[in-house]
Amino acid sequence: MIEATPAAIQACGLGKRYGRRWALSDCTLTIPAGHVVGLVGPNGAGKTTLLGLAAGLLAPTAGTISVLGARPAADAGQLGRVGFVAQNTPVYPGLSVAGHLGMGSALNPRWDAAAARRRVEQLGLDPRQRAGRLSGGQRAQLALTLAIAKRPDLLILDEPVASLDPLARREFLSTVADISAAHEMTVVLSSHLVADLERICDYLIVLVASRLRLAGPIGTLLAAHSQLSGAPQPAGSLDDLVVTCISGALPDDRGPEELR
Amino acid sequence: MIQFSLRMTRVQNFTAAAAIAVVAIVAAITGPHLAQLYATTVGACDRRSACVVAAFASQDSTLRLWLGVLVVVVPGLAGMFLGAPLVARELEDGTVSLAWTQSVTRARWLIVRLLVTGLASVAVAGLVSLIVTWWASPMDRAGMNQFGSFDERGIVPLGYAAFAFTLGVVAGALVRRTIPAMMLTLVGFVAARLAVKIWLRPFLITPLTRSLALAPGSTGYGSSGYLPIAPPATLQPNPPDIPNGWITSIGVVSNHGGARLTATELARFCPGINSGRGSAGGGLGHVRAPQSVVNGLHDCVARVGTRFHELVSYQPASRYWPLQWYELAIFLAAAVVLAAACIWRVRRIG
Repeated sequence: MIEATPAAIQACGLGKRYGRRWALSDCTLTIPAGHVVGLVGPNGAGKTTLLGLAAGLLAPTAGTISVLGARPAADAGQLGRVGFVAQNTPVYPGLSVAGHLGMGSALNPRWDAAAARRRVEQLGLDPRQRAGRLSGGQRAQLALTLAIAKRPDLLILDEPVASLDPLARREFLSTVADISAAHEMTVVLSSHLVADLERICDYLIVLVASRLRLAGPIGTLLAAHSQLSGAPQPAGSLDDLVVTCISGALPDDRGPEELR
Repeated sequence: MIQFSLRMTRVQNFTAAAAIAVVAIVAAITGPHLAQLYATTVGACDRRSACVVAAFASQDSTLRLWLGVLVVVVPGLAGMFLGAPLVARELEDGTVSLAWTQSVTRARWLIVRLLVTGLASVAVAGLVSLIVTWWASPMDRAGMNQFGSFDERGIVPLGYAAFAFTLGVVAGALVRRTIPAMMLTLVGFVAARLAVKIWLRPFLITPLTRSLALAPGSTGYGSSGYLPIAPPATLQPNPPDIPNGWITSIGVVSNHGGARLTATELARFCPGINSGRGSAGGGLGHVRAPQSVVNGLHDCVARVGTRFHELVSYQPASRYWPLQWYELAIFLAAAVVLAAACIWRVRRIG
C-alpha cells in the first residue's frame, strides 16, 4: 500500500468533557490536506472544541486526534507547522503591532519577517500602535498575520470573521484565499455563515452534534445534491445543500435558520 | 523568548528600576552621614544606650523604619504584580491561545518566563536589601540588635521574593483570574512568612540556654503579648544583656526538674499577687507603683527564687548568618516546589 500524505486533521472517537457536559463526543473524521476546508455546523456542534483540540490548546478526554500525522502541540516542531487564530482573535492589548511581530519572530524559527512587515504595511497598521487600540477587523488581521508569518503547513481559523463587519469580513477572507493559494497551505476554517465559506472553500465538512454529517469537495457535493433534489442547473446553492443536510439530522427544537 | 519575557513585564520592570533608583539616591545622600556619625560618636561611646539614641537623630530612625518596611514589602509586591498575572492574565484575556500556539512548547514558555521574571523579582529584592543593609549598617552596629531587623537585611529577602513570585504564578494558574490571584498571593505570602518567623526560625538551630538566679529588684509581674492572645500574667524576669543575640524565650523554672512555674504555685508563694487593680498607666508613660506594692513583689520574687530560677533560650550573635542561610534555603526550596507545581498545572490546562 502506498502511504498517502497524512491528513490535516484525523480524529477517532474524539471526545472532550467539561465537568459533566460533553462539548464534543465520539467524533470521528478526516480532514484532508491540500484544501481550503470549511467546517460548518450549528452552534454547539463542537467546532471550536475540535479546533482547540487540533491546535493542542485542549487535551482530549477520550479518543485520539492527530494533526499532520502527529499529536497536536507534541513539540516545538509540530507547533511550528500549525497556525491558529482563535475565535476572539486575541492579541496582547499593551503590546504594539511591531511588538507582536517581534514576538512572532522570536518564538517561531520559520518566521517570515519580510512578509509580516509587508502585510502590516498593506493593512495600513501603524507599527507603533498598541494592539489594544486596534479595531476588531485590524485585530483579526494582526492575529492572522502572526499565524501566517510563521509559515505553517496547516492554518486553523476558528470563526475568524464572526465579529467583523461585512467589508472587513470580505477583506479577511480574500487574504486567506490568496495566502492559501500562494503557499500551498491547508486551511481549515469554521463558520456558521455558509456564504463566507462558499467564497473561498473548495472542501466542505458538516459537523452535527459532533458527528461528521457530510464531507467532500464542494463541486462534487453540489452536483450530487442537485441530481438528488432535481434542482435545475446550475447546481443549487451551497446554503441550500448545508441546510438540507443539517435539518435532516437536527432535532426538532433546533431549526436550520441559525445557519443562514 | 528571554527578550519577549522581559518585554511582557515592561511596565513592572520600569517601575522596579525607578523605585530602586530612588532608594539608591536616598541612601547615597544620607548614608555617608550615618557612617560618619558612627565613626565620630558611637565609636567613642561606651557601646550602648543613651549615647546611641543621642547620636542618631530621630529622622534617621524614621528613615530606617521605612526602608526596613520597604525591604519587607518588595517581595510581596513582586508576587502580586509579577507572579500572579503571569499566567492568570493570559488565561483571562484569552491570549493563551496566542502564546501557546507559537513554535514553543507550553512547558518551555513557562520555564523561560518563570526564570526571567522570577530572577528579575529576586534581583529587585536583593538590590533593595543590599542598599538598605549597607545604609543601615552603622545604626545596626550601634543598636546591637541585629536579630531585630533579621527580615529586612541580608540575603533572606531574596528567598522571600522567589517564594512570593512562584506563589503568585501558581495562584494565577489555579484561580485563573488576576485580582483574586493577587489577593491569594498576598494572604499566602504573609501567612508563610509569619509561620516561619514564629514557629520555625527560633528552632532552626537548637537555641542555647542560660540559667540565672531570679533578681528580685528587676523582675516584674504581668503579661506580654497582644490582647486577645496574650498569655496569662506571671513573673516577668528582666532579659539578660546578650549583645546582638536573639532571646527566643524567657521562663521561670524549677531548680529541681526544670518544670515551669505555674499560676497555683505562684499564688502559694505570693498570696494575693493576682488581686487588686493593675497599675498600667493607661498605656501612655509610666505610673510608679506604691512602695508597698514594690516591696511586696520584691519579697515575693525572693521567696520564689529559693526554689526557681530564670531560664533564657537564645540564639547567639554568631548564628545570625547561619540562620539567614537556612531561612533563605527554606524559601528557595519552597519556590522550586511551587515552580514545579506550576509547570505541572499549566501543562494540564485545557
